Amino acid sequence: MLVFVLRRLVQAAIVMLTVAFIAFMLFQYVGDPVTNILGQDATPEQRQQLRADLGLDKPFPVQFARFVSKAVQGEFGLSLRQGRKVSSLIVERLPATLELSMSAALLALLLGIPMGVYAALRRGTFLSQTMMTLSLLGVSLPTFLIGILLILVFAVTLKWLPSFGRGEVTALGHWTTGLLTVDGWKHLILPAITLAVFQLTLIMRLVRAEMLEVLRADYIKFARARGLSDRAVYFGHALKNTLVPVITITGLQLGALIAFAIITETVFQWPGMGLLFIQAVNFADIPVMAAYLCLIALIFVVINLTVDLLYFAVDPRLRIEKSTGGH
Amino acid sequence: MKLKSTALIASLLLACGASNAVTLRVANQGDVQSMDPHSLNESLQLSFDTNVYEPLVGRGKDMSVVPVLATKWGQTSPTVWRFELRKGVKFHDGTPFSADDVVFSFKRAADPGSDMRGYVAPIKDVRKVNDHTVDIETVSPFPILPDTLTVFSMMSKKWCEENKAERPVDRRKGIENTASFKANGTGPFRLKERQPSVRTVIVRNFNYWDKIEGNIDEIVFTPIANDATRVAALLSGELDVMEPVPLQDVERVKSSGSYTVLQGAELRTIFLGMDQKRDELLSSSVKGKNPFKDKRVRQAFYQAIDEETIKARVMRGAATPTAEMVGPGVRGFQPDMNKRLGHDVEAAKKLMADAGYPNGFEVGMNCPNDRYVNDAAICQAVAANLARIGVKVNLTAETKNTYFPKILRRDTSFYMLGWTPSTADAHDALYNLMATPTEQGRGQYNLGSYSNPKLDELTTKIQTETDQAKRAEMIKEAFKIHQDDIGHIPLHQQALAWAYGKNVTLTQLPTNYMYFKWVTLKAKENAR
Repeated sequence: MLVFVLRRLVQAAIVMLTVAFIAFMLFQYVGDPVTNILGQDATPEQRQQLRADLGLDKPFPVQFARFVSKAVQGEFGLSLRQGRKVSSLIVERLPATLELSMSAALLALLLGIPMGVYAALRRGTFLSQTMMTLSLLGVSLPTFLIGILLILVFAVTLKWLPSFGRGEVTALGHWTTGLLTVDGWKHLILPAITLAVFQLTLIMRLVRAEMLEVLRADYIKFARARGLSDRAVYFGHALKNTLVPVITITGLQLGALIAFAIITETVFQWPGMGLLFIQAVNFADIPVMAAYLCLIALIFVVINLTVDLLYFAVDPRLRIEKSTGGH
Repeated sequence: MKLKSTALIASLLLACGASNAVTLRVANQGDVQSMDPHSLNESLQLSFDTNVYEPLVGRGKDMSVVPVLATKWGQTSPTVWRFELRKGVKFHDGTPFSADDVVFSFKRAADPGSDMRGYVAPIKDVRKVNDHTVDIETVSPFPILPDTLTVFSMMSKKWCEENKAERPVDRRKGIENTASFKANGTGPFRLKERQPSVRTVIVRNFNYWDKIEGNIDEIVFTPIANDATRVAALLSGELDVMEPVPLQDVERVKSSGSYTVLQGAELRTIFLGMDQKRDELLSSSVKGKNPFKDKRVRQAFYQAIDEETIKARVMRGAATPTAEMVGPGVRGFQPDMNKRLGHDVEAAKKLMADAGYPNGFEVGMNCPNDRYVNDAAICQAVAANLARIGVKVNLTAETKNTYFPKILRRDTSFYMLGWTPSTADAHDALYNLMATPTEQGRGQYNLGSYSNPKLDELTTKIQTETDQAKRAEMIKEAFKIHQDDIGHIPLHQQALAWAYGKNVTLTQLPTNYMYFKWVTLKAKENAR
């Protein structure tokens, strides 16, 4: 077990380094923040000086080495755009992104699983057909379109919900939350739905497919033969076995939710990390971009590691195979 | 009993007062990067911060130079200006404003971390004469000093020292600075809340030295980057003012009935430049010579471009075609010279044939795609226009972050640029865009190195000529030379587009500055 964890940690470190390396390679093409910082009235010497001071005139390997040695200490420098510490910018934005992604994940799970089960059990009914058709829309419509449509309907036409921002937030130490005020909840609804739609349809389709598969299995037939109630068969046996792959996918998708919140955050001006990243790209704010990409890589690595460890804990077969030395 | 009812009335009044506070909700596509008025030379930041901090000399609604923290000024010698400071002005923390603050602010603006260095560069020394008088000495005679001073604001020496903000934030050293998120100016509004990229709230300064024309008590400023969301937020009644309105949404916002779109010409002029220096163009099918050195070719390009159609189709009417490198509002703009050469494909073809290119040629063109309004689309239209005279344009449109470093290296044959003279004076355009580039930084945005010694000579004279009438004559002459040479191809001034509720009155300046002291919001008859 320990060896397994250690090996995964080493792999994680390599992944992180690779991400940082690729990110840095990309920065060579993002452009030059110097003209953005200095504006039109600076002299060529001032620009050259700033470029040198920021280390942008150094060859790529030198820049990269400097970045890694600082990043290891958790130091990403100052945002070129805002003149503030990148670490504090990220800490400030993290709660908004996490709150949004978690709400979306919960929404997707709480609606997706029951809908999937229903669509599997009541195959062919009007309702489940409708759900399947709608889910196709959910999978194929791009996120920004869903967001804009929701804004158009609920904000512009009906004027029920706000179209942008996070609303009133309460500060709890370093953490800010919008969940303690009505205004905060109102602001959360549309972005959370927008972000959840894709995951929801994915989970629903997955649950349905798995459920249909499981229902054909022998042990379900035996369970029925034993005279168990529908309820015990469906929810006690079938659903339980359906959930193993669902948990894996959901776990992995959580990382995607955090990373791909970018689009939702842009559409709703949600002050999270994704928005921070987009703004950084527009300005060629390299320290912020680098820190964001590394953080997202870290989140993915941690989630993957956790999922692997969960597998170890949940699936007894993995453990047996290990202890018998494998066949 | 009496006491009780009085208290009741008083509290009722208070409650009413609170609910009657006039709040203006404003959104822009970008955020104000910092509260520090010296840290970034960008119009949005300068525009917002100027509501909190004030310069010595400001701009009136007609762009004229007006007294702000200085009440009057004049030259005591060709290089020395004396400024009388306004008395009785207090910073938001109650400290009186004095000559020490002025001396300090100039020093701060000259710091290496400051973005205002360009503006204070002509200044040699700032001396305190007494508490309410300062002398400013310039390196050489500098007739437009007051114009230059409109751009940068005064800060409190005491406050900056107490907050360890004596210098603007220096991104190079990685040390944060209090002045980035706190503010203490003399302006009509005080900073109340600052959440970068989320919201910034400023409230009326009741101790302001002047009467405030508008009635706004509080401004909530929100950045909304996404165009569609910004329009939606306005239409759903969550905003009172927003800018810019995307061109394709102007009609929609107008047709909603409850909003106005104000489209004034911006000071910025969009133009095309051509490499007239190299003996062979970097990217062209013509080898061994540079076709742009031939005025006939430049004129053929000019006349082949159909600016009226660009205005109508690409800019949806939101542009003012121009024949000059500066627009109305800039001192030195010549109304009588603002006539473009006619769009004439046949004449252009003939000019090309005369120059020895009857079948045209191939040339690379560089263009930004996220800097000016519809920049890449304009370049595409230009390429299509030029195809009609046989010129095949290989267009590269890219983000400003890669575009500007490239063209500043002069790594281009044919390019687009937009320019706002930051002093609102013609000299800025002559010096940066039209004069022959030198080591000292003259002509640094003359990226095609157009060169005419007569224009250079005039530019140098204009810089120091203090007789305004003579100076105006020289500017006119210089513009005439440039126009006759077809040094660049001016296209248009793009329009600003502000949208706001019908219950709002405001003033738009061609610099795109939004002064909240001039904004009035009438209460709506029916609450939403």
